[in-house]
Amino acid sequence: MQVAQAIADNLFKALSDPTRRAIFEHLARDGEQTVHALTDRAGVSQPAVSKHLGILKHAKLVRDRREGRETHYRAQPQSLAPLVDWMNIYGAFWRDRFDQLENLLKRMDQ
Amino acid sequence: MTETAPTRTLVIERDIPHPQEKIWRALTQSPLIDEWLMKNDFQPTVGHRFKFRSTPVPGWDGVIACEVLLVEPNSRLSYSWGTMGMVSMVAWTLTPTKDGTHVRMEQTGFRSEQDAAYKGATYGWTKFIGNLERVAGGLD
Repeated sequence: MQVAQAIADNLFKALSDPTRRAIFEHLARDGEQTVHALTDRAGVSQPAVSKHLGILKHAKLVRDRREGRETHYRAQPQSLAPLVDWMNIYGAFWRDRFDQLENLLKRMDQ
Repeated sequence: MTETAPTRTLVIERDIPHPQEKIWRALTQSPLIDEWLMKNDFQPTVGHRFKFRSTPVPGWDGVIACEVLLVEPNSRLSYSWGTMGMVSMVAWTLTPTKDGTHVRMEQTGFRSEQDAAYKGATYGWTKFIGNLERVAGGLD
């Protein structure tokens, strides 16, 4: 239990920074990227991006591999598991769909 | 991973100012379901197998395999809801009220064990990453 708590704390810390979240989301959505490509998108310096990547890597949210002079990073979204539960996900999902259902009902006849 | 964790139920209820019959149509006519839930080949026939299709995200193909379990026109509808190795059940209940209809959606079959959470992790998480921020904000 304490181990699980430590892992979750690490993840929360890693994701508490908006730039890191943006980097992580970008990797999860678009697949593997080089540090250069990530720097172009992040709007901060390359050393800053590398530091963020180091923290994400420590939390096992990303994995890296060297290829020539470039380091490539990819997301490991399964590391989010300790934070995610079905009840939360579907709770948000269905509330959103109920809103859409009500919008549809307003547009329907009678 | 082999022990059985207790299942949990998600309930969402809302009073909607529209008649039961109209809400029933939105719940059971395929083109209407498209508009508020997901693309589908639903038919209101018990035993009918159908799929909801959503936009795939990394780690999830966006497909939910379902079977119609109960159809009581204008009042009760339920179907199984299977995706990423987890099968749950979705049940709709419509009850008339003074001003419209009370809509209750109940989804059962959630397990709290790790493997369910693992599979959940890959579903649409980008959309709900804001939740993490909220939780993280409450940590310190």
